[in-house]
Amino acid sequence: MNTLQFEQYTALELGRLIQSRQVSSPELTRAFLQRMKEGASFHAYITETAEFALQQAEAVQTRLDAGEVLSPLAGVPAAVKDNICTKGIRTTAGSKMLESFVPPYDAAVMERFAAAGSVLLGKTNLDEFAMGSTSETSYFGPVRNPWDGTRSPGGSSGGSAAAVSGGLAAWALGSDTGGSVRQPCSFCNLSGIKPTYGSLSRYGLIAYASSFDQIGTMGRDILDAAAALDLISEKPLGLASVYASDSLGNIADVSAASASAPFAGLRIGLPEDWLQGADSEVKDAVLAAAKTMEAAGAAIVPLHLPELDAAVPAYYVIACAEASSNLARYDGVRYGHRAADAKDLQDVFVTSRTEGFGPEVKRRILLGSFVLSAGHYDAYYKKALEARCRIAAAFDRAFSACDCILAPAAPTVAPQLTGTFGSQNTSAGNAASRSGSASPQDPLALYKADLYTVPANLAGIPAVSVPCGFSAEGLPIGLQLMGKAWSEPLLVRTAALWQQLTDYHKQRPLRDPAQRGHGTNAEVSERTSAAKGGAAK
Amino acid sequence: MTYEIVMGLEVHVELDVKSKIFCSCSTAFGAVPNSQVCPVCLGLPGTLPSLNKEVVNKTVKAGLVLGCNVANRTVFDRKNYFYPDLPKAYQISQLYAPICTNGRLEIETPEGPYTIGIHELHMEEDAGKLIHQPDATLIDYNRCGVPLIEIVTEPDFRTADQVQAFLERLREDLSYQEISDCKMQEGSMRVDVNLSVRPEGSTLLGTRTEMKNLSSFRSIRRAIAAESARQIALLESGGTVVQETRRFDEASGQTFSMRTKENAQDYRYFPDPDLPPVKIDDRWIARIRRTITESPSAKRARYQKDLGIPKETADSLTYYKETAALFENTALRLEEDAYRTCCGIHPTGDAALGRIRIAATLIAGDVLRLLRETATPAETLTLSPASLAWLSSLLEGDRITRASARDALEAFFAEGTLPEDYIRSHNLLIEKNDALLSEIISKVLEEQAASAEEYRNGKEKVLGFLVGQVMKQLNGKASPKDVNRLLLEHLKN
Repeated sequence: MNTLQFEQYTALELGRLIQSRQVSSPELTRAFLQRMKEGASFHAYITETAEFALQQAEAVQTRLDAGEVLSPLAGVPAAVKDNICTKGIRTTAGSKMLESFVPPYDAAVMERFAAAGSVLLGKTNLDEFAMGSTSETSYFGPVRNPWDGTRSPGGSSGGSAAAVSGGLAAWALGSDTGGSVRQPCSFCNLSGIKPTYGSLSRYGLIAYASSFDQIGTMGRDILDAAAALDLISEKPLGLASVYASDSLGNIADVSAASASAPFAGLRIGLPEDWLQGADSEVKDAVLAAAKTMEAAGAAIVPLHLPELDAAVPAYYVIACAEASSNLARYDGVRYGHRAADAKDLQDVFVTSRTEGFGPEVKRRILLGSFVLSAGHYDAYYKKALEARCRIAAAFDRAFSACDCILAPAAPTVAPQLTGTFGSQNTSAGNAASRSGSASPQDPLALYKADLYTVPANLAGIPAVSVPCGFSAEGLPIGLQLMGKAWSEPLLVRTAALWQQLTDYHKQRPLRDPAQRGHGTNAEVSERTSAAKGGAAK
Repeated sequence: MTYEIVMGLEVHVELDVKSKIFCSCSTAFGAVPNSQVCPVCLGLPGTLPSLNKEVVNKTVKAGLVLGCNVANRTVFDRKNYFYPDLPKAYQISQLYAPICTNGRLEIETPEGPYTIGIHELHMEEDAGKLIHQPDATLIDYNRCGVPLIEIVTEPDFRTADQVQAFLERLREDLSYQEISDCKMQEGSMRVDVNLSVRPEGSTLLGTRTEMKNLSSFRSIRRAIAAESARQIALLESGGTVVQETRRFDEASGQTFSMRTKENAQDYRYFPDPDLPPVKIDDRWIARIRRTITESPSAKRARYQKDLGIPKETADSLTYYKETAALFENTALRLEEDAYRTCCGIHPTGDAALGRIRIAATLIAGDVLRLLRETATPAETLTLSPASLAWLSSLLEGDRITRASARDALEAFFAEGTLPEDYIRSHNLLIEKNDALLSEIISKVLEEQAASAEEYRNGKEKVLGFLVGQVMKQLNGKASPKDVNRLLLEHLKN
C-alpha cells in the first residue's frame, strides 16, 4: 500500500488492511499525522494528540497481534469533536471559557472508543459550544472546507467534517443538536448518522441543548459511519448486518442476490412543498435522487407536512432555553476562564462570562433566559413545546404511510467564509434574502438555514445524510433520510444501497485546496462531470 | 385591635440514604471538606445526573406518612440562580409536577387535636456550604447533591406552640419511619416560616414575609414573636407590610430585610431535560406502603389503652424510636416469661402486665434521663430488653429496691456494666425470709422499746423510723414492703 494514498480508502477498508497485516496501525497513524501537518490550513483540529495516538496505535497493534478480536475499525485513526470529554486531554468546546479545561473523565463514547481499539488523532474544531452552523463561532478560528478553502465546512461539527473530508482522519465523531453532523456531511461530501435520541449515552458530551444533543458519526461512506456508530454504541443498533456483509442484497431481503430493483418494497416519503425552501440546485439533486430510487423499485409517497413550518422557531426557543441553563455553570468559580481582577463575587460571575463567551453564545443565553423568564414562559417556551409535540405527531402519521422521508440535509451548498459572523455573503444570508424578511446581518438567516435538519432533533428520530450530487461550482450536495425511532438499520441499508447505485460519495476534494481558486477552475468542472457520470452509473 | 398570626412552613429535611440523589457519592455528615464529591455533583461539563431510586422510595414513604396523594408521574425542574455553592448554577428541584400533594398531619394542642394541611412535598438536591474566613470564602461541596425533601404546609398555623408541636410530630414520624433523622443541629431539618398578621375575625390573608433557615425551636419561637410584633406595630402605626424575605438575627432577636419582592430572583424554572419523568405505578406505592410501621402516636394510644400506661409515660417511651423499641421488646420478653412460668395456662397474666408497667417507668424515667445526661445518641443505645425485663421482674417481686435498679442503670450508662452483673456483684438481691426478718424485728423492737410504745400510743410517724432501723440491720437488703408488713404484725402483738 502506498501510504500517500491511504486517504482514498474508507475506514472499513483501512481496518481490513490492518487485519490482513498489509499495514500496521502505527504506520497508518504516522501517515495520518503527516497528512494533518499538510492539511493544517483547514484548521480542522483544536488539539492534536500525536503522542497519545501513537501510544494507542502501538497498544492496539499489540492486541491485534495477540489475536484479540476487536472492532472492524480497530487501529484506524479517527478524530473526535472537541465537545466530547477526553480524560487528560483538554476539551474546549471551541470556547475561551474552556480553553484550558482538562476533564478528569472520559465521555461514555470515549470509553467504548478506547475499548474497541480506536486511535485518537485529536480533538476537532467546532462552533463555540456547538452553537452555529458554519464553524465560524469557534474561539480558535474558523475551519476551512477541503473542497474550497474559501468556504465553510458547515457546522457545528465542521472540524470533524474537514478532517475526514481532507484525509486528516479516517472517520470522526460529531454531535448533532440541530443538524451539526448531517449538514457538515452535506457540505463536505461525507456520510453521517444522527441516531435516535437517547440511543447513545451522551455522558461527557458538553451540553448545549440537552433534549436534542446527540452524538453521531461521520465517514467517507455510510458503511464507515455505521461501523463507527456500532463501535461507540453500548447496545448494538443492528447495523453489523449492513456494514459487515459482503453483499447488501436488496431492501426487503438481505440475502437476495439480484440488485436490479434493490429498493423494491421501500416507501419513500417526499414532502415536495417543504423542498421549496432549498436552492434550486439542491432541490433538483434531491428530486433526481428520488427519481433514481423510484427507478430502482422504491415507491415515492407524496407528503404534506405543514407542521414543519414551526420547526425552526420551536427549535431555537427550546435549544436556547436549555442552553441558558446548561451554560450557567461556567461562572469562573471552579474551572474554566476566571476574570483576572474581579472586584467581588458578582464581578467574578459577570466578567468571567463576559470575557469567556463569544457573541453567538451570549445571544443564545440571552434568548433562552428571556423565553424562560416569568411572564414569557407560556408565550414562548410552552408554546414551543406544544409545536414540538405536533411535529413529533406529524412524523408519526407520516411514518404510517412511508418507511423513510427524503429531504435535503441543507438548503444550500457550503457557504463562503465571511470573516464576520452572519454577514451578507453567506448562502444562508442569501436564503434569508429570498424569503424577504430578514436583514442580511440578522442571525435569523443562519437559523433558518437549519430548516431541514432540526425536525429530526425535535422528534428525536434518526436521520442520515449522504452525498447526492454537486453544484455547478462543484460543491457537494447531500440528501437526508429520516426514519422513525430505532429505524437506523433501515436508514443505513437504504443509504448503502443508494451508494451502491451512485459514486458521488467516492469523489474526493483536491489534496491541497490552496492550489485552487474559488471553485471555478477546470478541476471542479472535471469533478462535477465525474459526479454526473456517477449518477448515471 | 387584636390580631391573629397566620403562618405556613417550608421544612427541608435531608433524607436518610447512603448516597446522593444524582450520583453515588456518600451523604455521611462531617467528612473532610470536598472528600465526598465527583464530576457529577461538581457539575463538570458533560456530566449527567442519574436518579437514586432510594430517594423516590423514601419520599413516597414520607408522602404516605403525611397522608399525601402520590403522583403516578412526577418531573424534575431546574431552578436557575448563580451562587458559588451551586456548581451547576441551577438546583434540580420540583415545581410543576411535585411527587406528593394534599396531605395532612394532626397535632395535639391544649384545645384538642388540630390538623395542619400539607400543600405539597417534593424532592430536590442540597447545595454546598460556604465557609467564611477573614480573608477568603472557602466552599465545601460535600453536601452538594445530598437528597432533600421540602414539605410545604398550608397557612394553618396560628401560634408558635402549634409550629413547635408540628415540627416535633414531623421529626418523630419521619425518624420512626427511617426517612430522616431530622437533626436540626446537623442541618438535616431546616425551617422557613412564612408569616402574616390580620385583624382577629378576618378571613383575608395579610401580606406575608418569609424567614429562612431557622435552626432551632428556640430561634423559631423568637423569630415568630419578633416578626409578628413588628408587623402588628407596623399596621398599628398605619404602615403596610412589604412582601419580602427577612433574616432573623439571633444576637438582637430582631428580623432584618434580605430582599423584597421587587428584587426577588426569577428562577426561570423549566423541566430538567436531563432527567426523564419518574413513573410510579400503584404497585410500587403499595410496596412502599407495606414498609410503613406503626406510628408513634398509634403506639402511644395502644400503650395507654392496652397496657394502662399513663399518657405522660407513653409520650416519653415514644420520644425515640429506639426507646419505644426497647420497651416493646422488653414487654414481649416479660409476656413470654409469664407464659413459661404459668406453663401456658395463663398466657399473659397480670404478673406480666405489672412488670411491663414497671419496665415502662424504668425507660421513661431512668433510661431517658441517662440518655440525656450522658449525651448518648438514642440510636447507639445497647441496653438489652433481657436486662430490663430482669430488673422489672425483680422490682415487681420486691427482690430489689427502686434505688438498686436506678444504680444498676447508671452503672450501665457509666461503665457499660450489665445490670445483672451489677446487682449480683453488689449483693443487692433481697432475701425473702420472713423468719429471719421476724427475728431482726423482734430484736429492733426490744432495743427501741420506747419508740414501739410511742407508736402503740398513736404516734404513727414513728413507724418510718422503726422501718429504717430494721433496714439498717439488713444493710438495705430487704423489701420495705415486707418489713412494713411484719413490723405492723409485731407491733399489734
